[in-house]
Amino acid sequence: MSQTSGEKLVVVGTGMAAGRAVEEIVTRAPGRFDITMFGAEPHTIYNRILLSDVLAGVKSPEGIFLYSSDWFARHRITLASGAKVERIEREHKTVAVEGRPPVAYDKLIIATGSLPMVPAIENVNTPGVFVFRTINDCQLIASYARRCRRAVVIGGGLLGLEAARGLLEHGLEITVVEVMPYPMAQQLDAESGAMLARRLETIGLRLLFEKATQRVLGSGAVRGLLFKDGTGIETDMVVISCGIRPNVRLAVEAGLAVERGIVCDDHLRTSDPDIYAVGECVEHRGRLYGLVAPLFEQARVLGDHITGSNPAAAYAGSKISTRLKVMGVDLVSVGDAREGPGAEVTRYAEPQRGVYKKLVVREGRIAGAILLGDTDCAAAVISAYHTGACAPQRHADLLFAAPPAAQTAAGLPMETPVCTCHQVSQRTLLEQISKGCTLQQLSAATKAGTGCGGCRPQLEALIARYGSARRDPAADYYVRSVPLAKPELAAEIRRRGLKTVSAVLRELGDGSDEPASKPALASLLRTIWREQYEDERDARFVNDRVHANIQNDGTFSVVPRIYGGVTSPHQLRRIADVAEKYRVRMVKITGGQRIDLLGISKEDLPAVWRDLGMASGHAYTKAFRTCKTCVGQEFCRYGVGDSTALGIAIERRFQGIESPHKMKLAVSGCARNCAESTVKDVGVVAVPGGWQIYLGGAAGLRVRAAQLLATVATQEEVLRLIGRFIQYYREHARWAERSPAFVERIGIERLRALLVEDAAGEAQRLDREIEAEVNAYRDPWLEGEQPREPTQFSGPLQV
Amino acid sequence: MDYMIETENITESSGAGAPIALDLIPPGQGRCVRVGAARIAIFRQRDGGVFALDARCPHQGGPLHDGLIGAGTVVCPLHGWRFQLADGRGVDNQLAVRCYPVEIREGRVWLQGVERL
Repeated sequence: MSQTSGEKLVVVGTGMAAGRAVEEIVTRAPGRFDITMFGAEPHTIYNRILLSDVLAGVKSPEGIFLYSSDWFARHRITLASGAKVERIEREHKTVAVEGRPPVAYDKLIIATGSLPMVPAIENVNTPGVFVFRTINDCQLIASYARRCRRAVVIGGGLLGLEAARGLLEHGLEITVVEVMPYPMAQQLDAESGAMLARRLETIGLRLLFEKATQRVLGSGAVRGLLFKDGTGIETDMVVISCGIRPNVRLAVEAGLAVERGIVCDDHLRTSDPDIYAVGECVEHRGRLYGLVAPLFEQARVLGDHITGSNPAAAYAGSKISTRLKVMGVDLVSVGDAREGPGAEVTRYAEPQRGVYKKLVVREGRIAGAILLGDTDCAAAVISAYHTGACAPQRHADLLFAAPPAAQTAAGLPMETPVCTCHQVSQRTLLEQISKGCTLQQLSAATKAGTGCGGCRPQLEALIARYGSARRDPAADYYVRSVPLAKPELAAEIRRRGLKTVSAVLRELGDGSDEPASKPALASLLRTIWREQYEDERDARFVNDRVHANIQNDGTFSVVPRIYGGVTSPHQLRRIADVAEKYRVRMVKITGGQRIDLLGISKEDLPAVWRDLGMASGHAYTKAFRTCKTCVGQEFCRYGVGDSTALGIAIERRFQGIESPHKMKLAVSGCARNCAESTVKDVGVVAVPGGWQIYLGGAAGLRVRAAQLLATVATQEEVLRLIGRFIQYYREHARWAERSPAFVERIGIERLRALLVEDAAGEAQRLDREIEAEVNAYRDPWLEGEQPREPTQFSGPLQV
Repeated sequence: MDYMIETENITESSGAGAPIALDLIPPGQGRCVRVGAARIAIFRQRDGGVFALDARCPHQGGPLHDGLIGAGTVVCPLHGWRFQLADGRGVDNQLAVRCYPVEIREGRVWLQGVERL
């Protein structure tokens, strides 16, 4: 890095535009400026577009941070979070920061973004009324929501619906209140708005239109809202999400030119040539921008100009097009789709399917468009809009273009941005894709898909189409480092008698020694050789080196085996003693009916296991994990089968058996299915006179109902069929392929033919294999007494 | 995790840090070593190569010494961020971890350039 020139750059604001501007500056002129960023929020720079995920609890605040602390350090950027700038003193070229001495600048960037728009509502400061703009807002809303049953979101625009989506995850009854007669009035018209409203209602939102809020009711806490038409609604909390207004206070007080926003020239300079502005606080040629793509365009020009790398760089304003996903509904909004004199409108609607397309052409060119529900033609429309191309002779042709992947072939301009957040063109994407890459790799290389994420389906389509032309042969390999598919690899391992991962890599590998290949090979070797497999621990994920599940702070969680979820006072007492003795930070009942002891250091694991005196619960590895049960016939007045006894038998038999991915099972004692057997990898449900066996259910990242394999009369038959399935899955599944994908790939009919009807004559062999595996089982926690390796359970070593 | 008490015996001159027995690190794995306030991950490849990086992943502080190694890289066990063992540079990411020169003498790993407090 070059020497510091001493030029001080101060950035007021730590939003996305501020971050992007600084990123553009340090990539053009590393070390040129001493950069200090001040942000009123207590967090580092984060992706505000994903706030509703934080509100929904799908992402942690840290999960939306955009830059690592290392990034700031590397570019010598001082980030002062929670530091509020109070004044800009242009005559001294300093900024006044709360609680600090004045900070001098040579150049200043104002990126103060915007503030939530709060309409004039009486008693709007009543506790229980929130705005939705920051991580802090999310945390306040989420914590208040815990004691609420109903919530009202004021504002049916994009932000309001995002807030509503986030709140739905908290199990609240949500009503969205909107002044306009339909949602998303900025992007939609009445007809498409009504279609979206119907769709939103089907997923459980209540919508009230043409309601202006007069007053918040309730003293001490919100009880309801009174509307200007005299009607009202009861509610336990209110989130106001009515849009934004530029945050221009500092600029106004500093005497800069400010209209609606801070007035900037084409170089993003304010009326003071040493002060730039960027983002939502900027007014450029009379326009304000609130979407991320224009802000990033501004940041690029600012970076070019302030560093002098391209003093001629000029911002000419942005053409706006966005792809959104509103509660699962695809929506593309392009330019200005309002009707009026001079506008030629083409409209297509299928209300039943929720599809609406509208194209507005002015003077032969695309002025705007709305695409709802079916956005296949989006790339063509957006491209025509951005390039200013003439509309086709028959306007409708543009609305019924072929799917996006084919469009490139049809001669669409390669410069068309597919990712509008980061302005990544088709050309850039196809260059990467032609080298062969996954979606993740594509995003890492080009940043496409890492903003709002709305273009990910298009990226996948491009990969599917253009990646396949030179399809990566590695897609069929069991692991990347060994160019063989699973059956051939297994045969070769057997033929050569390879018993270790290092031997397989040495003899069959391509020399690349990929870390990700190792655990997969270890799993396969374990399946092939059982106890003869030589377990090289460096081929194993840390969890399988120390038989516990690593947590985000480097400590581990310990889950002892509790067969079928049936415990005893004696076990509970021991667990309690251990939890106290080792000062376990959290004792948690898990979803699999187990007790999790969290926050245990690696060096304590052997002693914890010894004191527990219980077997490993395998809650850390790709193996048979748990079989949860309902109470069943022994006590339950509805029970028709002894679910606890069967669950315990299943778990005793198959505990810890390693497999391509984890397996979670359940047994329910009647059709009420209290153990949730139908969303388990293998589920069993008691019916009068027998048991139903289900396969391939899931209730995690995806939800999939398990499919019925067979109905059998006895527990012995249940155990036999489950064993056959587990062994078949071990032999035929891809690495890390969970049962839903596996069952879908093979097909339940084929599984039934193979496992129940023994169509291939393989059933007895599968029975023998799994029997041998069961007999070879050894509790890994015994290694606590006899570690396999030196320093296996050591903390930091002393020098 | 912070159970290890600071030791007083790290007082040698700054050329080579305090040594650690190579046998304590199983081939193909890493271990965490504490030198003063620093935590260093030492990796021992199966081919004999030994490397030292800061033990904390720059992404979210994950324990790099617990990561899988291979192809000259280590993969953080928390979120799969990957770094070159030889120079600490990120693979498919813009981050980097500090790396330290190491020397093997008499079956011991000697670290260099570790600042002690």
